[in-house]
Amino acid sequence: MHQLDFWSMIFVFMLATFVGIDVIRNVSRLLHTPLMSLTNAISAIAVVGSIIIAGEQKTTFSLVLGTIAVAASVTNIVSGFLITDRMLKMFRQQGGTR
Amino acid sequence: MTEHITQAAYLVAAALFVFSLRWMSHPKTARRGVGAGVAGMTLAVFGTALHPEIISYFWIMIGVIVGTVIGVPLSRVALTAVPQRTALSHAFGGLAAGLVGTAKYALWLPEGELTAFRTGAIALEVILGFLTFTGSLMAAGKLQEVLPTRPITYRGQNFINLALLAIALLAGVGLVIDPTLWALFPLLVGLSLLFGVLLILPIGGADMPTVISLLNSYAGLSAVAMGFVLENKVLIIAGALDGSSGLILSIIMCRAMNRSFTNVLFGAFGQVQASAKDAAEQKPVKSATAQDAADLLELAREVVVVPGYGLAVAQAQHRAFELYEQLQKRGIRCRFAIHPVAGRMPGHMNVLLAEANVPYDALVEMDEINPDLSQVDIAIVVGANDVVNPAARHDESSPIYGMPIIDVDKCKTVLAIKRTMNPGFAGIDNELYTADNTLMLFGDAKAVLGEVVKALSGESGLGH
Repeated sequence: MHQLDFWSMIFVFMLATFVGIDVIRNVSRLLHTPLMSLTNAISAIAVVGSIIIAGEQKTTFSLVLGTIAVAASVTNIVSGFLITDRMLKMFRQQGGTR
Repeated sequence: MTEHITQAAYLVAAALFVFSLRWMSHPKTARRGVGAGVAGMTLAVFGTALHPEIISYFWIMIGVIVGTVIGVPLSRVALTAVPQRTALSHAFGGLAAGLVGTAKYALWLPEGELTAFRTGAIALEVILGFLTFTGSLMAAGKLQEVLPTRPITYRGQNFINLALLAIALLAGVGLVIDPTLWALFPLLVGLSLLFGVLLILPIGGADMPTVISLLNSYAGLSAVAMGFVLENKVLIIAGALDGSSGLILSIIMCRAMNRSFTNVLFGAFGQVQASAKDAAEQKPVKSATAQDAADLLELAREVVVVPGYGLAVAQAQHRAFELYEQLQKRGIRCRFAIHPVAGRMPGHMNVLLAEANVPYDALVEMDEINPDLSQVDIAIVVGANDVVNPAARHDESSPIYGMPIIDVDKCKTVLAIKRTMNPGFAGIDNELYTADNTLMLFGDAKAVLGEVVKALSGESGLGH
């Protein structure tokens, strides 16, 4: 069973990378800066791992590391989404429509 | 049952993340992309909160509060400081991955749960996470100029760096073979932290766009490794999206400078100066006043502005927009030609000009504008240097030979705004400034553009 889990994870990784490369290639070059802050916020999904460690409270050591990791990830989520939206709001077409 | 709800939430979150990036293909749909990202993240977090092993939310909430308190001000920085903010957030991403990996190792060691696969994934997660952490902090320090921006090099640098990385990897292999050799773990952590610092030391400011993209990629990969450790597929997917984004941006940046990854990481750019030509020929420079420039612009039909990072340093974006407005009013077509490496991170110049109200249809990429340039009457170069240096096309001895440039020298007239005749960031002479069709406007970019705009609007006031 464990062996299969391992292989299915590699498959997920490979397919997600292909999808990622394809989708990112189509991103407008105008938006590469907001793209970076957006992917940054998305990859802060690492928060799910930190939440479990900080919530299980198995040892003091893991609780401390988990809490710091939650704080670091939430920083990226909050600042990443907010600044992406702030930047995207500035892009407007000629004549004033956004 | 809760496990099914959690997995379903993760599934929808993963789909929303893909849509989020897909909508970034156009400025019109891009803000929807942020919405999708937020929705996906919210779902994933609530799905995780249902996890039966969580016994208390107290410390989670403390982390959330601390993260929000740091995150909100970080999202309000000036747009010139966005590269530093981005580097910092890569550091936080790497830190989270490194800490989770360390915690998992410490938890699993006494429980005897460390399989070879888990230990290998943890080792990768910790190496990538901690080297991204210190490397990104270094990059942020250089961008914020609290650290020297010049490349710092010494003899045997590449050898030492690679040896450190090799020892870290060997420690990882040792742990996979026998996970109970716990003394190797702090060694692995220490070496990764040190390697991150040493990796960024020799990198100069001009290479920052590439390095930020590479660190972006590492941060994504460390999240993937965390996904392998925790057997969490949404983490693998989100990390892979982030990793491939960083990879593609790095490739675009490298191509835009005609350099390879290894050259960026180990080359220490900005050191070499093509010395042979220094004394050879110093052609005279023609300079002009703001009034001359305004007179020329009045007669033009097509104008292209080429902004470089110098424009942002001088805070001249708003003057550039006023110039654009003045020209538009007269029916003179004005566009901005953006080189991929203009600024301190990919796409930086677009954001800076968008903030100054320049509509995005006026922002044109290098490849798109180059074929048109021979039809352009006037090119105005503001704070850009290497990206318009014709030596890149023909001078094989030049360090930037082969780099794609914006061919402004093909325009009928070039107006170059510059403080002094000192060479630019990379320390390379630019023959554009001595070309026959170039006029130099000496002074601060903001002041000079302001004078030109004033001269232009003054003339219209006289009823020409």
